[in-house]
Amino acid sequence: MDFLQLLEMFFSGIWGTIKLFTVALIGALVLGTILAGMRVSPTPVLRFAASTYINVVRNTPLTLVMFFCAFGLPFLDIRFGSTSSFNSFIYATLALTAYTACFVAETLKSGISTIPVGQAEAARAVGLTFGQTLSQVILPQAFRTVIPPLGSVIIALLKNTSIASAFNNRELISAMRNAIEVRGDLVIPLLFGTALAYLILALILGRVFDYLERKLVILR
Amino acid sequence: MSAPTQVLFDEPGPKARRNNIILSIVSAIVLAGLIAFVIWKFADAGQLDSAKWYPFTFSQIQLVLLKGMGATLKVAVVASVLALVVGVVFALLRLSSKRAISVPGTIVLEFFRGVPVLLLIFAMFLIFGNTIGAFWSVVIGLTLYNGMVLAEIIRAGILAVPKGQREAAMAIGLRPGQVMSLVLMPQALRAMMPTIIAQIVVLLKDSALGFIVTYQDLLYQVNLIGREYNNLLPTFLVGAVLFIIINMIVAGIARWLEKRLQRKATAPVGAEGLSAKTAA
Repeated sequence: MDFLQLLEMFFSGIWGTIKLFTVALIGALVLGTILAGMRVSPTPVLRFAASTYINVVRNTPLTLVMFFCAFGLPFLDIRFGSTSSFNSFIYATLALTAYTACFVAETLKSGISTIPVGQAEAARAVGLTFGQTLSQVILPQAFRTVIPPLGSVIIALLKNTSIASAFNNRELISAMRNAIEVRGDLVIPLLFGTALAYLILALILGRVFDYLERKLVILR
Repeated sequence: MSAPTQVLFDEPGPKARRNNIILSIVSAIVLAGLIAFVIWKFADAGQLDSAKWYPFTFSQIQLVLLKGMGATLKVAVVASVLALVVGVVFALLRLSSKRAISVPGTIVLEFFRGVPVLLLIFAMFLIFGNTIGAFWSVVIGLTLYNGMVLAEIIRAGILAVPKGQREAAMAIGLRPGQVMSLVLMPQALRAMMPTIIAQIVVLLKDSALGFIVTYQDLLYQVNLIGREYNNLLPTFLVGAVLFIIINMIVAGIARWLEKRLQRKATAPVGAEGLSAKTAA
């Protein structure tokens, strides 16, 4: 196998990682925001449900969550598509979403608590309901203040996509393992190449967050 | 109840209270429905039959699970100790006043911190796996990553120690090494203890990755038992509960320490207490 083929293999791996990352990122942001909203809601049942979920899943290793999704869900006859590779992809993104959402929710909650009390009081004084207060006044500000910690949560998500390689997913690590299988003489360069790919992806994400931070963060 | 939850909504009046009760009941029903759906799915797959849970009464199975748990904990403990050592060393390297030391230290640190732990474990396993085995591959992989994260935490702790401490230590004639080891490091480690323990919880969770390089840890045994007795989900649940309990205990220790430290930092120190302390 020559260099070009290896490179092609790597690029398809990077593409797989990016796909996993993007879908899980969107899912985690949505679910995390909902969980954070539930945690500060006036309904005790919702508060309790969200904090229980966060506490349990946060203390579970991602490997376990993914193990459950990848091996447990087919056992329960929960399938999403006809092909097994698509199923593996959905299981992996489900696990990543369920796991990362907890950290997003925790980060957002700490962001919500930094918003000055007057903001919520003013929102209530003009007659906004809880849902309106949260979605139009508090959350937009909370998102802006938590951009730096949210960035590290999201970079962790990028690195966590590597675990999906153990559960039949095509991404960087599995591309690397395939490449090593055919070119056993290139183990160390291949390892370094993979590391470099992750570093570059993380660097790009870091840059995006630096930019967002400069543009959006409110200094208090 | 913390401040934001009180501020985000008013003290409920009669109408809000009624709405609240309705919403509580509705959400409780929805949640109960979700749980019922999961249980129904489990029962549907035959995973709740007593026969599937029966193997857990065998002492042999219990022993295997405990052995797996022990193997996971062994990795976590050894890696934690090594990671702390690596963390202290790299924190010192980065803080070194000689650029020839601090720049390479920073590069190595950023490299290991930027790649997934799994890649480091794989690298150890693929390069040295034949000589050091799965256990040390996992330990070294975890050590390299978490050591670098701990180094950053410890470095932040050292930089956060008030400047006067260092100046005072130098003024009474301590050598730089003594300033670090006797004055700065103890204070930094104490102040950063909750963060350090939180990182150790992360390490403990990551130790489950050993399963992927066929280290015979808890998850490996769960997989084995589950496939042998065709009761993957019950076994998984038992394993997950074991894992979550251990993690919650360690995370609880971190929270307790944090509270204790806060209490100490904010406790009023009277003249009497101070003199009593110095006398003792």
